[in-house]
Amino acid sequence: MRGKYVIAGIGHTKFGRLPGRGTVSLNVEACRNALADAGIEKSVVDALFVKVPTSRYSSMYGQTLSEAMAMQPKVGGVWDQGGATNISMISFACMAIDAGQCDVAIVSLADDPKTGTRQAYEKAWGDDAAYGWFSVAAGYGLTMQRHMAEYGTKPEQFGEIAVAVRNHGATNPHAALRVPLTLDKYMESPFIIEPLKRDDICLVSDGAAAVVVMSETRARELGVKAPVRILGFGQGQTSYDVPLRPVLTETMAKVSAQTAFKMAGLAPKDIDVAQIYDCYTIAVMMTLEDYGFCRKGEGGHWVEGGRVAVGGELPINTSGGLLSETGMPGLQLVMEGVRQMRGTSVNQVKGAETCVVSNQGGIMTTHSTLILGH
Amino acid sequence: MSFPLPEPTPLSQPYWDSLKQGRLTFQRCRKCNNAWLPPRAECPECLAAEWDWTAASGKGRVVSWVIYHHAYHEAFKERLPYNVALVELDEGPRLITNIVNPEMGIAAERPVILKIEDEHGVALARFALI
Repeated sequence: MRGKYVIAGIGHTKFGRLPGRGTVSLNVEACRNALADAGIEKSVVDALFVKVPTSRYSSMYGQTLSEAMAMQPKVGGVWDQGGATNISMISFACMAIDAGQCDVAIVSLADDPKTGTRQAYEKAWGDDAAYGWFSVAAGYGLTMQRHMAEYGTKPEQFGEIAVAVRNHGATNPHAALRVPLTLDKYMESPFIIEPLKRDDICLVSDGAAAVVVMSETRARELGVKAPVRILGFGQGQTSYDVPLRPVLTETMAKVSAQTAFKMAGLAPKDIDVAQIYDCYTIAVMMTLEDYGFCRKGEGGHWVEGGRVAVGGELPINTSGGLLSETGMPGLQLVMEGVRQMRGTSVNQVKGAETCVVSNQGGIMTTHSTLILGH
Repeated sequence: MSFPLPEPTPLSQPYWDSLKQGRLTFQRCRKCNNAWLPPRAECPECLAAEWDWTAASGKGRVVSWVIYHHAYHEAFKERLPYNVALVELDEGPRLITNIVNPEMGIAAERPVILKIEDEHGVALARFALI
């Protein structure tokens, strides 16, 4: 399937605080924009893959969205792997098309935790609330602490990631947070859940994004102007909650990436630019290690010296990622991967021909990988 | 102000009752000898439904920990900053807990010993660095 399927169009809403819209309206706007970007009519779409909104669950949400777009898709519904859902749905779309189940698919995501409820992120973890164990952030803090204890990773090294990504976002006109960051400012950033500083943590944003998936052949027939090839994809589900994970500093991201690299016939050294899920800086550090850009435990040294900033060896999150562009779980990274391959990013990596994108959900509980390229 | 106390289920009730009596227990599978927490109805390794509550030695080690500087629940505001740690028992199961003597310096792999404490009338399994 390498290179046989493409992302034909991308679309999104504004990011930030969008009161009074609701996720259905946000999704429809993103789908409308993705169709316009692909230059195709809604009538050719016969599959709709939707991420369940994290901020508010409702039954058969995929059908609610289909109705709002007057569609009766052959394949349609929601999938729930948290932030890993997006790339997983793109891969399911490719497989469904390949199996003759549908022809043109939209993959869509909307969420409104900024004006809706943040309950999903701040919740207590069952009876452990009696010990004061609350929030998603705490799980990442536990993982980060272990990484520091096991490998001697330093706060400044997590800061390298935050500084690079925030500075990329600062130049993106669509970014919700356009405030550049220095390493000194990062180090002064207050602890929320030590060792997590405020600037290690992503934004909470309302917004939606959608992409259109079809075969390269179909894209040619429909006159799609800037299709971007999907070279590989993979998944890996760590599944265990952080406290039960056999090794806190390793996840199934490794398996997800191996599957995707194998399909693409590429290795980490062949990647020109990366969009790495950055809900927390520790997630980026561990993903870079699990993907094989460096060895386990060496991520701290590896990111030093601006290696992950534009101009470095492996620029990451060139539109600002979750730390700066929007806290939306994952599809913004796919869209930026598409822009890099089209050559239209605001922080375009010169001559980039391959891009790896990671999506993950929960506390590195789920993972999916996408490789785009020429 | 309400404190977020455990809400025992028929499955977890014996765990909380034992703590009240001064014993930390975990589940051990009769078929494959696997040991686990938190409570669940089937052994996650061999999926058998036959298991027993077993008393822990109370000895373990710190796997990791965090220090809250922000309270996500009103009841914890006055305790800031407070620690939450992940402890692995010598018998294998892990649990979320608090270290009662953090001034000794919490560190990964440091040995700990069970110190059951009362929290709003409920016995919690906390640990002390040794």
